[in-house]
Amino acid sequence: MPMDGSTGGTIDTSPKVSDEVKCTTCYMCACRCGIRVHLRDGRIRYIEGNKDHPVNRGVLCAKGSAGIMNHYSPARLSKPLLRIGERGAGDFKEIEWDEALGLAAKWLGDIRADDPKKLAFFTGRDQSQSLTGWWANQFGTPNFAAHGGFCSVNMAAAGLYTIGGSFWEFGEPDWEHAKYFMLFGVAEDHDSNPIKAGLAKLKANGAKYVSVNPVKTGYQAVADEWLGIAPGTDGLFVMALIHELLKADKIDLEFLVRYTNAPWLVLKADGLFARDAAGNPLCWDTKTGAAASALSADVSPKLVGEVTLPDGRKATPVFEHMALRYMAPEYAAEAVAERCGIPVATIKRIAAELAHAAFEQQVVIDQPWTDWAGRRHEKMVGRPVSMHAMRGISAHSNGFHTCRAIHLLQMLLGAIDTPGAWRYKAPFPRPCPPGPKPTGKPAQVNPGKPMGGMPLGFTLGPEDLLLDEAGGPMRIDKAYSWEAPIAAHGLMHMVIANAWKGDPYPIDTLFMYMANMAWNSSMNSAETARMLTDKRDDGSYRIPHIIYSDAFYSETVAYSDLILPDTTYLERWDCISLLDRPICSAEGPGDAIRQPVVAPDRDVRPFQDVLIDLAARLKLPGFTNADGSAKFPGGYADYIVNHERKPGVGPLAGFRGTDGAKSGVGEPNPKQLERYIENGAFWRHHFEPDQLYFKHANRGYLEAAVKLGLIDKAEQIVLQIYSEPMQKFRNAARGIGPIQAPAEHRARLEAHFDPLPIWYPTFEGTQVDTGEFPLHAVTQRPMPMYHSWGSQNAWLRQIMSHNRLYMNVRTAAKLGLADDDWAWITSHHGRVKAQIRTMEGVNPNTVWTWNAIGKRAGAWNLDADAPEATKGFLLNHLISELLPDRNGYRYSNSDPVTGQAAWYDLRVRVEKADQAEQGETSPRLPAIGHPPNMTKPPSILRYGAQWKKP
Amino acid sequence: MTSLTAPLPGSKKLGLVIDLDTCVGCHACAVNCKEWNTGGHSAPLPDFDPYGANVSGVWFNRIHTFEAGEGDSSRTVHFPKSCLHCETPACVTVCPTGASFKRAEDGIVLVNPDTCIGCKLCSWACPYGAREFDADEGVMKKCTLCIDRIYNENLAENERVPACVSTCPASARHFGDLGDPSSDVSRLVAERGGFALMPEMEYAPVNRYLPPRAAKTAVGCTGAKAELDRPADAAVLHPLLRWMDKVLSR
Amino acid sequence: MHPAFSVIFFTTSSGAGYGLLALVAVASALGFVPASGWFAVVSLGPATALIVAGLLASTLHLGHPERAWRAFSQVRSSWLSREGVAAVLTFLPMAVFGIAWAFCGRSDGVFALVGLFAALCATVTVFTTAMIYRSLKPIHQWHNRWTVPNYLALSFATGGLLLDALVQIWGRPQAVVGIAALVFVAMAAYLKHRYWNFIDTTKSASTPESATGLGARGKVRFLDAPHTEENYLQKEMGFAIARKHAVKLRAIARHSAFHLPFLLTAASLLLTGMPAALAAVAAAVFGIAGTLVERWLFFAEAKHAVTLYYGASEV
Ligand SMILES: Nc1nc2c(c(=O)[nH]1)N[C@H]1C(S)=C(S)[C@@H](COP(=O)(O)OP(=O)(O)OC[C@H]3O[C@@H](n4cnc5c(=O)[nH]c(N)nc54)[C@H](O)[C@@H]3O)O[C@H]1N2
Ligand SMILES: Nc1nc2c(c(=O)[nH]1)N[C@H]1C(S)=C(S)[C@@H](COP(=O)(O)OP(=O)(O)OC[C@H]3O[C@@H](n4cnc5c(=O)[nH]c(N)nc54)[C@H](O)[C@@H]3O)O[C@H]1N2
Ligand code: SF4
Ligand code: SF4
Ligand code: SF4
Ligand code: SF4
Ligand code: SF4
Ligand SMILES: [Mo]
Repeated sequence: MPMDGSTGGTIDTSPKVSDEVKCTTCYMCACRCGIRVHLRDGRIRYIEGNKDHPVNRGVLCAKGSAGIMNHYSPARLSKPLLRIGERGAGDFKEIEWDEALGLAAKWLGDIRADDPKKLAFFTGRDQSQSLTGWWANQFGTPNFAAHGGFCSVNMAAAGLYTIGGSFWEFGEPDWEHAKYFMLFGVAEDHDSNPIKAGLAKLKANGAKYVSVNPVKTGYQAVADEWLGIAPGTDGLFVMALIHELLKADKIDLEFLVRYTNAPWLVLKADGLFARDAAGNPLCWDTKTGAAASALSADVSPKLVGEVTLPDGRKATPVFEHMALRYMAPEYAAEAVAERCGIPVATIKRIAAELAHAAFEQQVVIDQPWTDWAGRRHEKMVGRPVSMHAMRGISAHSNGFHTCRAIHLLQMLLGAIDTPGAWRYKAPFPRPCPPGPKPTGKPAQVNPGKPMGGMPLGFTLGPEDLLLDEAGGPMRIDKAYSWEAPIAAHGLMHMVIANAWKGDPYPIDTLFMYMANMAWNSSMNSAETARMLTDKRDDGSYRIPHIIYSDAFYSETVAYSDLILPDTTYLERWDCISLLDRPICSAEGPGDAIRQPVVAPDRDVRPFQDVLIDLAARLKLPGFTNADGSAKFPGGYADYIVNHERKPGVGPLAGFRGTDGAKSGVGEPNPKQLERYIENGAFWRHHFEPDQLYFKHANRGYLEAAVKLGLIDKAEQIVLQIYSEPMQKFRNAARGIGPIQAPAEHRARLEAHFDPLPIWYPTFEGTQVDTGEFPLHAVTQRPMPMYHSWGSQNAWLRQIMSHNRLYMNVRTAAKLGLADDDWAWITSHHGRVKAQIRTMEGVNPNTVWTWNAIGKRAGAWNLDADAPEATKGFLLNHLISELLPDRNGYRYSNSDPVTGQAAWYDLRVRVEKADQAEQGETSPRLPAIGHPPNMTKPPSILRYGAQWKKP
Repeated sequence: MTSLTAPLPGSKKLGLVIDLDTCVGCHACAVNCKEWNTGGHSAPLPDFDPYGANVSGVWFNRIHTFEAGEGDSSRTVHFPKSCLHCETPACVTVCPTGASFKRAEDGIVLVNPDTCIGCKLCSWACPYGAREFDADEGVMKKCTLCIDRIYNENLAENERVPACVSTCPASARHFGDLGDPSSDVSRLVAERGGFALMPEMEYAPVNRYLPPRAAKTAVGCTGAKAELDRPADAAVLHPLLRWMDKVLSR
Repeated sequence: MHPAFSVIFFTTSSGAGYGLLALVAVASALGFVPASGWFAVVSLGPATALIVAGLLASTLHLGHPERAWRAFSQVRSSWLSREGVAAVLTFLPMAVFGIAWAFCGRSDGVFALVGLFAALCATVTVFTTAMIYRSLKPIHQWHNRWTVPNYLALSFATGGLLLDALVQIWGRPQAVVGIAALVFVAMAAYLKHRYWNFIDTTKSASTPESATGLGARGKVRFLDAPHTEENYLQKEMGFAIARKHAVKLRAIARHSAFHLPFLLTAASLLLTGMPAALAAVAAAVFGIAGTLVERWLFFAEAKHAVTLYYGASEV
């Protein structure tokens, strides 16, 4: 019966969509969008965005929509595995969970009884760090971190030490009111859907959007102005903007005086703040002509001019230090333009446009509010200049200071948490500089005992470093040592190399979760694989045990001894907690859950359940009742509901209290998860209109935040232009103070622990011959892929199954390269071969590629000749985890302040490959084998055929 | 029917308007389209060699990337493309079986999978590359404008838009009646100078593209001057002096 | 365009078959071919075989050959439908003409008229085949005034060469048949020359700029395809042949389809007996082989407008 096309008579325009819809949280990446999963005949019919969800408001990205293909991927692991062949061969046997957990408990138990440090527990894209970190603490090892150290600790640390909040996903531009927006080095970020929505809103509102990025794709493509900056020079560019603003006196002095430490007095002698007996910083009050607490409300502090304190010490306000530094000719547009690759006139014009937007287009919201001192303001007046920055700034060895420079620029414009400016997302702002401190000093690490604090935290001076008795690093990654004093997220990229070398000490077990460390999250990937397989003279592996939990057959699985297979994100409970990386916005805090939408069809277990089970087997105190029984027999769901970090504070902030009526703080609610499910799998609190801006100094907000348990005290958070902790470390290098830095680290500390933002060329750029390696090489996140885990996805991999090396058309022409040629990319460390794509929109001295597309043959259950392995490549092979030798020592390839991995400092040269070498990538490591019973991938995938109309 | 019938009185010209100014090339629309449609009216949208070397599949929406202009002022343009539901499309008229047809009431161009013989001629006739051959079933498939969503009474009213439109994070996709000059989409097209692709083909596409907005790089584009004026006393005074006597209270 | 063997074979084979049919019928009406019923068998037999083989081959590339009958339904708009109908309709007069001639020995009078009608139908069928290509606007190399004459001329050229070979083998050749073949080959050669000249010197009005509508911003340059591996459209429409390769193949096509058949036919006109027959058969074989190459090029050199979205800078 042919259908009647002209009327559509027989076309079913109202087919049934699904039997059931369940709300949960996406985990195709770490952005935490809310999803509605349609189920039909027990299978997933359709995943769509949850329109009520604060993060994505109904939209989904490409990955989110491809969740079905991850969920049914043939690369899923299906049973615990024990290695039987050599590491890296992929030779496993399947074992039962009991045996797997018993084995893990045995290895871990032995370590705990002997020296808990010998466990290095590192998690990657983990969204349960409040659990994993706490577990490490209970176990007693300081050797814990998640991906932050190789990711964006520069941004986190610079923000938290400067403004009490940070870029990353912890703040957001005021998309609604901004009139000028600058985006530094962002391809996708963890706010991917909100950023896209925000950019569209800015454009609709007629705001100007400036993108600072060596590459013009994605977000940069839609910018009103693109500045193709030379990588690693953003700090200079921003300082030149600051120079222009200062010279023209186009700065928000009122903001600086009220909300920053600009008026605080810096002692001439040691560069620390002058303080009163109570420890309050001092300023010089012009009304009384005397020193006064800088925290007091009724002072009129002096901004420039040296003063003599009653005790005779000389001091100068922070403002003067700052103004003098950036007004110096070295920061003039003329002095930086060439290095940054941005013309003088452009720098000056951008400065003028910033000032114009901030001071001549101010946004006024008719909303009275009360400041920290109890003063009522009739209106909220804002500077509609917004900024956002991420890894383009972060992944450089000068990223900490560059990020601080951007925050300084924002402060000078009065553009922090004011209408139209960048805004804090709850639970920020937090006290600045931040707390708590890291745990893991020698006295805190004891056999059989918890550490008594979380492994990661914030050092405020040398006294907070985690050093052994000899002053060497306590942690395997050397975080919080003199090499990386403010390594707030650890140095995950150093773990394998250090463990292999036994530097600072050998470990017994490397326990990893959701981190593809044998491949794309390591620098020097091929060599890393060798380290994992390297043996001692006695034939045993240098890293004796490797336990790993992955949900899929990633490269790292092949290098592990014991595999604890995880479920997919649609098969488990999870919580997206305020204690970790929640779903808050500037409008209010929120958190969310994942619920099992379908039951696992394999013998796999949620890793959090496994971790809690292991904790019970190891009898870790926080997980065990007094009688020795397990405290959370119901696994993670039980823990989510019943665990309390502090009285009344648990993993989820919503629907607390026995009746579910309390928010933030309240007793556990046994029906909490049900309430979340009823509410679409998330909870959110809306701040009152008078709490929405000036949060760092807004009494209404600060008090509300205390009630919600976001901060402890309703005190003003003063933004730190001048960073005292930095100065403390510098003093240690100058031989000032009780704890002094070892001689060999002093010059480096002296150079990089400046209390005001500085700029220096990135390390690799100064330590290799830039004549030999003239080009910068960076990577970008492809929007439809998440690191390594998109390649197993039948839909996503079609979009990108291999990557190319992109370079400027004219640069390519000079090198005799044309589109489609294969070329060698060589760094001081190694070389890889890639196919060329030329383009207009890229800085002429920069080449780039998409991140993590190249795959090891055999991994992810792809055919060994899949383009991912034959044509796709990793730039990581070229990036050394160590800098070139300097005076007999090789520092890690990291930011000297935070230990942030300096992925984007890479320098290379590119040469056409011989005729005979065209056609495939290099290196191509041998294919890895498959564990037994891996699903055989189909040759045709007909997903949805089951719902075809009969 | 392969012959194009005159639109019915009161009929609509449903189509998409795609904003090249805000499209960031994220492929969200393409994947959501695949996801919806692989279980929808045209189910399935098969994938061939899905985990192997020569992977390909049936997609109704694909995102291309171009660069327009040269040098620093070039514009990278992400360019999504699906069926344009042309008013006079040869993809319909060349079809020998009548499987390919354009609905008189709303202009949606569809393929009847039960009568299509898979001759591929319609795909040759489409200059836009909007027809997708399902080699597994041996029939042609294509964007249906989500005909099983836009009228679907099992969906809430605000969900009755194409999957690609509802998922686009950058609001770069709009759906509506382009035959009605007062519709939101028609007004958008008029305001922003929306254009049709390859007008020289004379297929009269219904879908419209909104051009990227002009770059804002010229002096004065935001109302600001070329550079900041230095305070008159800047040259004479010590640079810090002008802040010496500033009295600001906390 | 992807040169699919089934389609190349189809157009060449059925083209030759219809050409042969048309010429046999005309020649028979004019008395240029033997009137014997057996000649009907040896001439209309191969013509039918070529037509049927061609039509069968054409169904090979269908996704649903069993539904092929549906293709007759859209004569109002579809040249493919029209071709199908014309092809089938041609069988009727052809059958009447053939049966009358072969089995009743009647090829005169009303049967000659039926034959001439069959010839007309055959010509129309070839015309409709050509129109399938000619009507496709997105393919500049097809959508032009040379496509139809080329198809018709090649159909008559290959048909003419076949007929000449048959009459030569039959042994009582009339020079006019050979001369007609010469004329058709020359015509085909000329038209093909004009066709190639046309596609070499013109290009489609469609450009990356018109395809994207971005021309106002300057030259439009392709950066990335939607997917990194090839899709159906690229495989079907994106076939590209290197210039050097095309030049070589054109030379082969020219020699094989035109020069050699022309010379061999001319030779056969001068020769007699076995050598003449051999020359004529060789001419037909080269002619058909050359046409296959020509047809391959007709596809391979055709550039579809959709490739503008996949990196072509012109079509
Ligand atoms: N060259 C270069 N290298 C880089 C970067 C760069 O920009 N350039 N970026 C760096 C940064 S910022 C980061 S964060 C890292 C990221 O690198 P990784 O943290 O290694 O991230 P992924 O590759 O996503 O690997 C995560 C692993 O988690 C697994 N997985 C996925 N879902 C689940 C699940 O539900 N359960 C479990 N247990 N496992 C799961 C995946 O299979 C995969 O093996 O890469 C770093 N590496
Ligand atoms: N789709 C998708 N989303 C993701 C991820 C993913 O893998 N896929 N990963 C997630 C993770 S772990 C992270 S850390 C975030 C990171 O999100 P992003 O910060 O967006 O990370 P990158 O893709 O590394 O983008 C860095 C950008 O900085 C530019 N850049 C490089 N060097 C410089 C420089 O010196 N100056 C400037 N101004 N720009 C520079 C690069 O060209 C690139 O555009 O994304 C998260 N979101
Ligand atoms: S950004 Fe995409 S992948 Fe990430 S959580 Fe949101 S929808 Fe999922
Ligand atoms: S979803 Fe929107 S922004 Fe993304 S590619 Fe499609 S149209 Fe462009
Ligand atoms: S875009 Fe192509 S398939 Fe769609 S109606 Fe137009 S010609 Fe037909
Ligand atoms: S492939 Fe199907 S829809 Fe397309 S022309 Fe042939 S029969 Fe018609
Ligand atoms: S309208 Fe529907 S079928 Fe067409 S491209 Fe959009 S999602 Fe796909
Ligand atoms: Mo990251």
